[in-house]
Amino acid sequence: MKILLKSYKINTLFFAIFFLATLCVQAQFTIPEKPDEATQKTVRVYDYVKLLPEGDFQYLNDKLLRYADTTSTQIVIAIIQTTKGEDISLLGAKWGEKWGVGQADKDNGIFITLSYGDREIDINTGYGIEGIMTDRLAERVINQRMIPHFKNGNYFAGLDQGVEAIFDILNGEFIDDRDRSKSEFPLELIIFILLFIFIFLILRSRNNGGGSGGSLLDVIILSNMGRTGGSSSSGWGSSGGGWSSGGGSFGGGGSFGGGSFGGGGASGSW
Amino acid sequence: MKRWLPVIIIIGLLLLLGAYLANLNNKLVGLDEGVNAQWSNVESTYQRRADLIPNIVNTAKGYAEFERETLIQVTEARSKATSVTIDPSNITPQQLTQFQEAQGGLTSALARLLAVFERYPDLKANENFKELINELERTENRINVERIRFNEEAQKLNVAVKEFPAKLFAGMLGFDERAYFEADEGTEVAPEVDFDFGN
Repeated sequence: MKILLKSYKINTLFFAIFFLATLCVQAQFTIPEKPDEATQKTVRVYDYVKLLPEGDFQYLNDKLLRYADTTSTQIVIAIIQTTKGEDISLLGAKWGEKWGVGQADKDNGIFITLSYGDREIDINTGYGIEGIMTDRLAERVINQRMIPHFKNGNYFAGLDQGVEAIFDILNGEFIDDRDRSKSEFPLELIIFILLFIFIFLILRSRNNGGGSGGSLLDVIILSNMGRTGGSSSSGWGSSGGGWSSGGGSFGGGGSFGGGSFGGGGASGSW
Repeated sequence: MKRWLPVIIIIGLLLLLGAYLANLNNKLVGLDEGVNAQWSNVESTYQRRADLIPNIVNTAKGYAEFERETLIQVTEARSKATSVTIDPSNITPQQLTQFQEAQGGLTSALARLLAVFERYPDLKANENFKELINELERTENRINVERIRFNEEAQKLNVAVKEFPAKLFAGMLGFDERAYFEADEGTEVAPEVDFDFGN
């Protein structure tokens, strides 16, 4: 009984600590986990407060996807209720970095955060964007194109105009030269096949005592037969998966490429 | 054969140890370089801030003549901050504190300057000045980002250096723990947790 009571006490203690710990965590803004591949490829506007009407959302989302498809420059807009007291410019940099917006080799991602409740907007530029869209230019986009609309409560117009202004600034700086065939080239598969043929060849020549065994053609045919055979099919199946999943990246803006953010850009409030 | 067995075992163990040390060394070299590279990012953002200051001071001079004292303080803090440089491969906690103090002096001098500017509506309305101030704020943001990342890189190295059994050999190979940036007073308010259940 005593032991029971003791363990009960410890449990409540643990519960209390756990409860307090979660409270402390919630005092800060927690950046959402990076979305799954399919979402990354189709959603560029993350409207957590449902601020934009469906039609406007689609229009803006499609615009950003199309832009990413032709330029490889990924622009993501996040609309949140509040930053929970965090500095919006630091939050944007952390968020963009966590999700890896932009291509890894170009760092050409832009992360736009709109905090609806705080009436704040922030444009965070990836390292590769900083040189083209300077902080001053970002400041102008915010002050001249976005905030006037936000003041009137027209959030879609502000975001749309801002995005257009960003397109103008970046005009022609990046082109989409992602080599889409490269990542899908199954080098491992080919090495595996070659190895398979080689082993087969050795085994056969041994069996025949180095005599006039089957030709290379036989071996290839045989190894191909093995491929369709039931016993080895599970092994092939897993590598086969790489083929088809790679195909999904055609069209759309691709998934987030792992771009990095240094905190440049601008922010403003209205 | 039996006589040679201990010799073979010893040679084998030595080879294993050698392989382990080579592997450890290579891993630590990578992490060490990561910290150094990140340090140069930190320095360049501080340099970026230092480069902005003459512009800000010159623009402000015309409008805020009476604040000569504040402007001079900023310029002095700037030259003090840029004079402190650190060898990234050998950052001691004292050096880092010294660096932070010098840069912190500039941060507070700038904060005073910005507060003073509030009194000059003409200056505040100047487009060029507004953009300069935004750039300054943004550079402070960059500094924060790079400092956080420096701490992350340093942490990776520190964990690798302190882990057993690497701990036994890391010093021998010339790898030490790195110091962290500490939050400037008042800039980062971490939630304080006090587990006091009235015992």
